[in-house]
Amino acid sequence: MSIKQLSIFVENKAGRLAEITSAIAAAGVDIHALSIADTTNFGILRLIVNQPDKAEQALKAAGLTVSLTDVIAIEIEDKPGGFAKAARVMSDASLDIEYMYAFISQDSGRAWVILRVQDNEKALEALRTGGIEIISEDKIYSM
Amino acid sequence: MPIYQPEMECASRDYLHAVQSQRLLKAVKIAYENIPFYRNKFDEMGLQPQDIHSIDDIHKLPFTVKTDLRDHYPFGLFAVPQSELVRIHASSGTTGKPTVVGYTAHDIQVWADGAARAIAAAGGTRDDIIHVSYGYGLFTGGLGLHYGAERLGATALPVSSGNTKRQIQLLQDFGSNILCCTPSYAMFIGETVRNMGIDPKTLQVRAGIFGAEPWTEPMRREVERLLDIKAHDIYGLSEIAGPGVAYDCEMQSGMHINEDYFYPEVIDPDTLQPVPDGEYGELVFTCIGKEALPLLRYRTRDICALMRTPCSCGRTTIRMTKPRGRSDDMLIIRGVNVFPSQVEHVLLELGMDPNYQILVNRKNNLDDMEVQVEMGEQMFSDTVKNLEAVEKKMESALQSTLNIHARVRLVEPGSLPRSEGKAKRVIDQRGLV
Repeated sequence: MSIKQLSIFVENKAGRLAEITSAIAAAGVDIHALSIADTTNFGILRLIVNQPDKAEQALKAAGLTVSLTDVIAIEIEDKPGGFAKAARVMSDASLDIEYMYAFISQDSGRAWVILRVQDNEKALEALRTGGIEIISEDKIYSM
Repeated sequence: MPIYQPEMECASRDYLHAVQSQRLLKAVKIAYENIPFYRNKFDEMGLQPQDIHSIDDIHKLPFTVKTDLRDHYPFGLFAVPQSELVRIHASSGTTGKPTVVGYTAHDIQVWADGAARAIAAAGGTRDDIIHVSYGYGLFTGGLGLHYGAERLGATALPVSSGNTKRQIQLLQDFGSNILCCTPSYAMFIGETVRNMGIDPKTLQVRAGIFGAEPWTEPMRREVERLLDIKAHDIYGLSEIAGPGVAYDCEMQSGMHINEDYFYPEVIDPDTLQPVPDGEYGELVFTCIGKEALPLLRYRTRDICALMRTPCSCGRTTIRMTKPRGRSDDMLIIRGVNVFPSQVEHVLLELGMDPNYQILVNRKNNLDDMEVQVEMGEQMFSDTVKNLEAVEKKMESALQSTLNIHARVRLVEPGSLPRSEGKAKRVIDQRGLV
């Protein structure tokens, strides 16, 4: 039960983020979560939105290199040790996290974490077994 | 300044004309009888070797271009069997295949004469240590100056390029007198000398022989200042011989061409007709003293002008200006020939769209090459690790094709400038012309 993340290639140039997010806004798509991986020369913008397919089309039409990546969203308690528990589950199952980012849920006391792993099926099974709540596509898109 | 072979370098024009005519006839005969490529060309044109009576008939001969060498890769244009060859050199070609040149023992002597004249014109004598910091290998730079130094009776120091601190240590410890390298490397050595707190006046080096890449008069003055030397220009290309085809004397006013071996013409690259002396056009050479690869009217693609006015140094040979550009898109980067089509070739081989741009700069006086490649769907990934692997893969493929390091930078699709749909492939910011 993975969810779709938009991955966008961005050059490190002034104004690029404004242009990209404006294109998403013009398509009427809402951004729920966002992270950027950056190197000296380029960055990869990663977005969780309410309508990934629509956003992808809009960004491609704007001439950007964009892809949809299957990632996992989990829900944890927003308190000390909340994420440590999930990280421990992954570690115990010898599953590497390629990258991740987290944000506070609109439900009080909860936080959501996006995980990018090599093998989604294995990771989902380990997380479920470890008692970590997985967020469904419907739930995250309609947030 | 001593002149190495005054009997040729200072010969009367009549004598040179006679020598050139006699040697051209011999070169034409060798080419026609031993190289099917030339025989076919002559036959197609209805030309016979006996139609050439003197050097004045040179315009009757067919041209040779770089692709002719490539089409006969590797040895198809050699006029002698391999048993007669004593050396092979190669430089990068336009599509990954190198341009291969061969030399008989006589050809090596011809080339060494040319280089020895250049060293003498820079003030070199048998008492000097000639510090050769050109690369040794398939590239003609290192061995060209090396054999010239030995031919002159001087002491050759085959340092090759790189390891600048060691270069400077040898300049100090051995007391090298003449430094030979690319002008950009000379600048770098000069700056490093200064940065190490060494007073260049304490070095024995008094002259430099710099070539294999374009440079300017302001660069000449700068390297002269940095190293407290006199900087001399040398010209050559492997197809004709290597460094030593032409060189400048103490007057530093154009390069004397060794026209007893390498007969020059300057033509309009569009009409292929000769241009008057003093006018710029494409430089063309005919090898009139070589055996293995007697190229006829080889189009160098270098744009320069010829000067027949006498030089105050006493030499009577014709002079050429410093090349001020190319009639093709070849770049010379750190002394290595680079064609944009090679970059395109590499990208296509890797299954990538050839949307790229080459940026050339001078950083710390060294040429710096960056290849910007537009990100395509097929190479995109959401992880930094994978994208950096794509860059590394392109860099190593470029390195193995170009023989120099080029940094790869991924850019957004459509971000490289295009005019009328055609991309501008090269941005050379070295300010060399």
